[in-house]
Amino acid sequence: MTRTTEEIARFCEDVYYDLDFREAKRSKAEMGGFAIGFMPVYAPREIVHAAGALPVGIVGAGDWLEVIRGDAYYQSYLCHIPRSTIDMAESGRLDFLDGMLFPSTCDVIRNLSGMWQLVKPETYVRYVDVPQNFDDGVGGDFWEHELRTLGKELGELTGTAVTDERLRASIALFNENRSAVNEMYALRRDEPNRAPTSEVYLITRVGFVMDVEEHTQLVREYIAAARAKSPTELDNARVVVCGAFCEQPPIGLLKTIERSGCFVVDDDMLLTTRWFTEDAAETGDPFRALAHAFVHHTVPTAVMYAPEAGRGKALVSRVREARAEGVIFAAPSFCIPALLDQPMLTAELDRQEIPYTSFKYSENAGQFHPIREQTGTFADTMKLWSVA
Amino acid sequence: MTSIPPPPPPGSARRTVETDPREVEKDRSMALQKELIGGYYERLSKCAETGEKTVATFVPGNLTELIHCFDLVPILPEINALQSGMRKRSGAFINEAERMGHSEDVCTYVKCDIGMFHDGNIGPTGLPLPIPDHLLLSYTGCFTFMKWFELLREEFDRPSTMLQVPYQARGEITPEMKSYVVKQLETTVIPELEKLSGVKFDIDRLREKLELSRRAEDDLVAVLEAAKNRPSPIDSYFGGVYYIGPIFTAFRGTEEGCEYYRILREEVEARVTAMRGPMTPEGEMKEERFRLVVEGPPNWTNFREFWKMFYDEGAVVVASTYTKVGGLYDRGFRHDPADPLGSLAEYCLGCYTNLSLPKRVELISDYIEEYGADGFLINSVKSCASFSAGQLLILREVEKRTGRAGGFIESDLVDPRYFSGANIKNRIESYLQMVEQKRSAGVTA
Ligand code: SF4
Ligand code: SF4
Repeated sequence: MTRTTEEIARFCEDVYYDLDFREAKRSKAEMGGFAIGFMPVYAPREIVHAAGALPVGIVGAGDWLEVIRGDAYYQSYLCHIPRSTIDMAESGRLDFLDGMLFPSTCDVIRNLSGMWQLVKPETYVRYVDVPQNFDDGVGGDFWEHELRTLGKELGELTGTAVTDERLRASIALFNENRSAVNEMYALRRDEPNRAPTSEVYLITRVGFVMDVEEHTQLVREYIAAARAKSPTELDNARVVVCGAFCEQPPIGLLKTIERSGCFVVDDDMLLTTRWFTEDAAETGDPFRALAHAFVHHTVPTAVMYAPEAGRGKALVSRVREARAEGVIFAAPSFCIPALLDQPMLTAELDRQEIPYTSFKYSENAGQFHPIREQTGTFADTMKLWSVA
Repeated sequence: MTSIPPPPPPGSARRTVETDPREVEKDRSMALQKELIGGYYERLSKCAETGEKTVATFVPGNLTELIHCFDLVPILPEINALQSGMRKRSGAFINEAERMGHSEDVCTYVKCDIGMFHDGNIGPTGLPLPIPDHLLLSYTGCFTFMKWFELLREEFDRPSTMLQVPYQARGEITPEMKSYVVKQLETTVIPELEKLSGVKFDIDRLREKLELSRRAEDDLVAVLEAAKNRPSPIDSYFGGVYYIGPIFTAFRGTEEGCEYYRILREEVEARVTAMRGPMTPEGEMKEERFRLVVEGPPNWTNFREFWKMFYDEGAVVVASTYTKVGGLYDRGFRHDPADPLGSLAEYCLGCYTNLSLPKRVELISDYIEEYGADGFLINSVKSCASFSAGQLLILREVEKRTGRAGGFIESDLVDPRYFSGANIKNRIESYLQMVEQKRSAGVTA
């Protein structure tokens, strides 16, 4: 039976709201009984997969968990995602995970890796220290070693060794998945009325708790359904959303932006899925292939060092490629990398005369009225300018 | 996160010179330090005339000896920020940066630095600062560092070099971590500094400097460990920031730096022999009522007021983690002339903020035992997630392990808006009462 885009999105929304992670538990059981969690932004899911485990993206608990225990771990001036994450751990919701990966995104996630060691001493914990040096023989070698160590440790944990053959197969599956997701993003960019962000986001997000092959199928199913439908024509302003790469905006916030008259035609949410700008090689040494892809084809984002000045240029390119009229900076409150990055990006937008607006959110925010006003006015202004 | 000595406590030195010959020694280290810092800022202000080139870099994991091998002068933006905080100038700089669009949610050191630059780039001593010729991003223990230099690079269009220092997530330095840092030194940092300075790298020159570092490090450790005595002859937090100043900044690996630590050690040892307590801005502390370990950096905008809250109650800090952000020398690390690049790498990897949370818990717990502390206090600063994220868990874990009372206060580094004097004083007083109660309960039990 063919499902409509709305039906697929509804299924994904149910998964999104399920803090018991039933989808992940199902996939875990089907994959052989192991699941490894990872936090934003980047984690080498191919290695986890090749070790026979389900990689599970832990990106906070959104606005549907009342955080009680988590607040006892964090001062008021730190962002929300670590407190909802540790709350889920403390309440047993993450007990189905056999390990956790903490990428080197910022000091908060870095320190959380140590907190996990204290709070969950029985769980496998690894800090994923991604390279900030982009020479093959320096940062590439370091990263390759990190990947090999991770592969070895996960292999020991699951009993499935990460052989070259297995890893090459996993790389191919994730390449395929990225290509499907990119196709969905391209469709949204070209025809956002067919594939609105409130749906595209959910479809992408379920990939964080689902087996990769199944997810690729789902994305393709969504693309086909979106192409087949006759969408309502809307004359919305085209915007890029920037700064939401870690703690996620609640889905209600994305819907609010759309309802206020904006098409989000590019964004940096759930970047793990789209991290490489080119595929990792499916032949040769697979660890080397992943290392090479990282040092040469990583998507520019606030948490990665830019060797040259001109940080805002990459954003301007994204705006141009997406044929966007403006940028919405949506960063989590107290998000250090996003907020430190912003002045560099706005300076370049100013130079290029690209309009922007900015606000901060928290994953557990429930009231979006002021944001609706703000983005609505922003959309109206852009429309006026484009008419003028 | 860093340190440099604030100006000497008022009234202490001159008064004691007249009354007590032993304090002449005290005078010497303070005077020498003042001279060192003053001379350093003077030198920076003249770089345009002298043609000396400068390299901006951060305190944790700094490569001072290596920078000096190329006759370059280090500039330490964290030091400028904290000095601006002590001189009550940081509030205006932060406002300026926020007016320019910098978020209120980010590290105030960064905003203070950017505000200072836009306000004419006049350094803390009132002399102009040069725009650094190069930004050497030693990326140890803090992600903000990376954004900070990217921001500066946008401001004044100077090249930057990244030195990524892997995090000790499992509480150990692996051979791969070390070789990654060494490789970056060899392939990136050294060639960049050669290019900038026109000076060829000479490893023997580096060895000589590292030998001087090692000597000063020995003396610093003797000073810090003197706090194990009762009474403690030093305050290892408020006083400690004086002591770490030269070695954490531009004077490690220099003759002057060595001389400073030799004299300082003699002074502190003389205080131990005389069973004297630590100096405070209001003279010597006469009665040691509480021995504390402190985690987290101090507040700089109200440094004296903050310190007074402790010494008024007879509380002396016998060990602090902040004085380890530029190296854990007391745990045995020394720069090593026999392994020059390797030991620079180990130094970068070993700074306090590069330690895992379990290691931090272990270190604080060990300090409490080794220094015979009655309790420990965390000063959690809003600016610094590197320090602050996880401190509430540290509090609970250390309490659990040591059975000593833990206290928690909140402030900021250089943003005066986040220093609530009355509130902090109240908390410290109640905390000390709790320590007292716990102690009496322990005695009677
Ligand atoms: S939201 Fe920002 S500050 Fe918070 S954990 Fe994520 S990257 Fe770090
Ligand atoms: S975040 Fe902390 S360590 Fe980093 S620059 Fe700011 S004060 Fe220093």
